[in-house]
Amino acid sequence: MDRQWRPYDAYHSPLDPCPPRPKAYIVPPNQMMVTQSPGMKQYAPFDALKHGTLWPDLYSPYDPPTRGGR
Amino acid sequence: MWIYEKKLQYPVKVSKCDPKLAKFLIEQYGGADGELAAALRYLNQRYTIPDKVIGLLTDIGTEEFAHLEMIATMVYKLTKDASVEQLKAAGFEGHFADHDRALFYHNAAGNPFTVTYIQAKGDPIADLYEDIAAEEKARATYQWLIDMTDDVDIQDSLKFLREREVIHSLRFREAVEMLKEYQEQKKVF
Repeated sequence: MDRQWRPYDAYHSPLDPCPPRPKAYIVPPNQMMVTQSPGMKQYAPFDALKHGTLWPDLYSPYDPPTRGGR
Repeated sequence: MWIYEKKLQYPVKVSKCDPKLAKFLIEQYGGADGELAAALRYLNQRYTIPDKVIGLLTDIGTEEFAHLEMIATMVYKLTKDASVEQLKAAGFEGHFADHDRALFYHNAAGNPFTVTYIQAKGDPIADLYEDIAAEEKARATYQWLIDMTDDVDIQDSLKFLREREVIHSLRFREAVEMLKEYQEQKKVF
């Protein structure tokens, strides 16, 4: 699992109707800083467009299969 | 005033005939955490916020309209050639009865857009925290939309839009830090 993901457990009762589903939520890298420091590494212009950001350290990939259980 | 560039901020390609997805995407068009709500919220708050963050609200509010165009393009492409039968099968019949295939500002459940989705409190800290929350909620909405489609091309555009929310959230939190000021100065009152 990508390091931006946080898996967690929820109580599953033997009486619950559905089998348990793995659970996780994502914490994007913007949460790890209060303000952006100057001089952060940058993508080349085309890669920046593809990623939606100029800075690799602020890129948050989101691919459904990496999301636990969805 | 604005200058319009006649192109999308990021390409939108829809590869799968899936009118049902249009019903979900409309959440980001006329929903509470959608692009219209975001643009109107930020551009309206500009007037009563300290000068040093007005430019940020203008920039991000403007970009939200560029995102609104991308969502509109997706919805349009997914519905323009769909037959009435396909639209009915996709759960789009309520929309069709009122609007044909025209776009309209309502959410995925069909509730019309309302200005009560947004707020302008006049308190700069309160307003910026609302903006931060709005960005994180829009990011989450994009995640659930990405989860609901297997069209990799539309996923690509939605991932771009999601990343923009990540960046905007950080910018608003930086704006809060700017407004706190004095924090690194020894100021004698």
